[in-house]
Amino acid sequence: MLEVKGLTKRFGGLVAVSAVNLNVQEGEIVSLIGPNGAGKTTLFAMTAGFLKPDEGQVIFNGHSIGGMKPHKICQLGMVRTFQITQPFAGLSTLENIMVGAYTDQHDTAAARKRAEEVAETVGMTSMLGQTADGLTVASRKRLELARALATNPKLLLLDEVMAGLNPTEIDDIVHVIKGIRDTGVTIFLIEHVMKAVMNLSDRTYVLNDGKLIATGTPQSVAADPTVIEAYLGHGAAKAMAG
Amino acid sequence: MMTALGKNTLYLVLGGVVLMLAPLLITSKFYLDVLTLIFFTAYLGQSWNILGGYAGQFSFGGVMFFGTGAYASSILLTTFGIPPIIGIVVAIFAGALLGLIVGYMSFRSGLRGSYFALITLAFAELLRVLANSVEFTGGGVGLFLTYAPGLQNLQFATPTGFYYFSLLLLFVSILIAVWLERSRFGAQLVAIRENEDAAEALGINTLRCKIYAIMIMGAMGGAAGTFYAQKYLYLDPPIAYSIALSVEMLLVTIVGGMGTVFGPLIGSFVLHIVNEVARHFIDTPGLSLIVYGVILILIISYLPNGLIGMFRKRMGTAQAGALKSVGGKEARKDA
Repeated sequence: MLEVKGLTKRFGGLVAVSAVNLNVQEGEIVSLIGPNGAGKTTLFAMTAGFLKPDEGQVIFNGHSIGGMKPHKICQLGMVRTFQITQPFAGLSTLENIMVGAYTDQHDTAAARKRAEEVAETVGMTSMLGQTADGLTVASRKRLELARALATNPKLLLLDEVMAGLNPTEIDDIVHVIKGIRDTGVTIFLIEHVMKAVMNLSDRTYVLNDGKLIATGTPQSVAADPTVIEAYLGHGAAKAMAG
Repeated sequence: MMTALGKNTLYLVLGGVVLMLAPLLITSKFYLDVLTLIFFTAYLGQSWNILGGYAGQFSFGGVMFFGTGAYASSILLTTFGIPPIIGIVVAIFAGALLGLIVGYMSFRSGLRGSYFALITLAFAELLRVLANSVEFTGGGVGLFLTYAPGLQNLQFATPTGFYYFSLLLLFVSILIAVWLERSRFGAQLVAIRENEDAAEALGINTLRCKIYAIMIMGAMGGAAGTFYAQKYLYLDPPIAYSIALSVEMLLVTIVGGMGTVFGPLIGSFVLHIVNEVARHFIDTPGLSLIVYGVILILIISYLPNGLIGMFRKRMGTAQAGALKSVGGKEARKDA
């Protein structure tokens, strides 16, 4: 469904993402992990059209979308959320979600209905009338998810939707994400919360210093010495084994 | 939200009936003229509000559409003898076309915030200088129009005629705002105002939406130009592209309440009344302007959401969402 080939991004002398190849198959939940500054968000931004790649290709459902504008990519069925939540602060939760729903619903009543359904899916029904700037961190993360979901995507890119949430809230949102996958939406997510990564993903990619260093099931990746060293420093894998 | 829309419709019908009947009671030419001017400014304010209040793109040269429309119909009339009733249609298209050009050039290059405001100011000034230096606008001498009352000239034998003409413009502008509040396009403009990146991520063609918004503003400004020219019968570059009018259209909107249906009308009403009253009661030359200025400063410092924002707060309704964000967004930028 999504195929990334040789994707590279340089900022001046820094190579933020270096010749990354990866793919996401329909119906999967794939995660992308890696230490801070590894280039995960940059990779997402290029995939969703927010940054122009210096090299490489992004192919989504047969369309080459490298360098395409984000709204076009969204209309093709791939939508991202933001790590730092970007709510329409002055609008209500309902109005926020409706903006997403308007992507394929042209009629106001239909968009409202769709928004209400999505709110139900992510458990925000009770907050529909609240303005977004009054929501808690957890609710704002949910709102990001809801708005993206309202665009009726085929592929959902989630950038750290669990960061800053407490364990109960994480359990809730893991449940919600599984529910979304069960409705036929493919999910590609960046996450630091390992418990959630283990629990959710079918496959995991590990990015470090802009390069992919491991891939496989979350369990195999977590046991991979290269990955442990990337997180904990040189020699850590040995020390842990010893 | 639904109740607010219902209320809007009620105000619209009630207000419309009252204003339609007003000339039956108001026989003073002076008061009819003041009301006409109030409606005219409110109309221009609403045109600014569509791009500035709803889409969040503040322009500082809104007068460029007005001036271009005024010249379009006036030149058609004086040079080609084409009646203003056709001229106003051309003016509307000229305004929209100018909006397309300015919008495409500035939004395409990603100009936002104060940069966009400044570029619109620059365009208005550029057009003023151009109008001054070319032949067909009459240059610095200006264009003199003749007074020949009749619908085809959009001129009227009594002040009541112009009153109804301005009321019609106002009514159309309010209908446009009501449509924005209810439609997909309006929601997309508001989304752009609130967070342009998020809007783009959610499938909104932000460039196209902003260009449409400035084209609507331009079309409205164009019609206003014809109205003005046919009422005041004289046009020169400083009038057609006056910075003061650019400021006035954003001022009435900010005072009344940005991103609201009735903000520009309320702002225009209050500012004109304050202005007239200050002039009437204060004899020392210039002092009335100072009083006017002080009142403006007070309103803008203490009522960041405009007068409508204050009323809503007083009534304790939670409908001020859209308003709050306009002020709130600025605050967050500062933080």
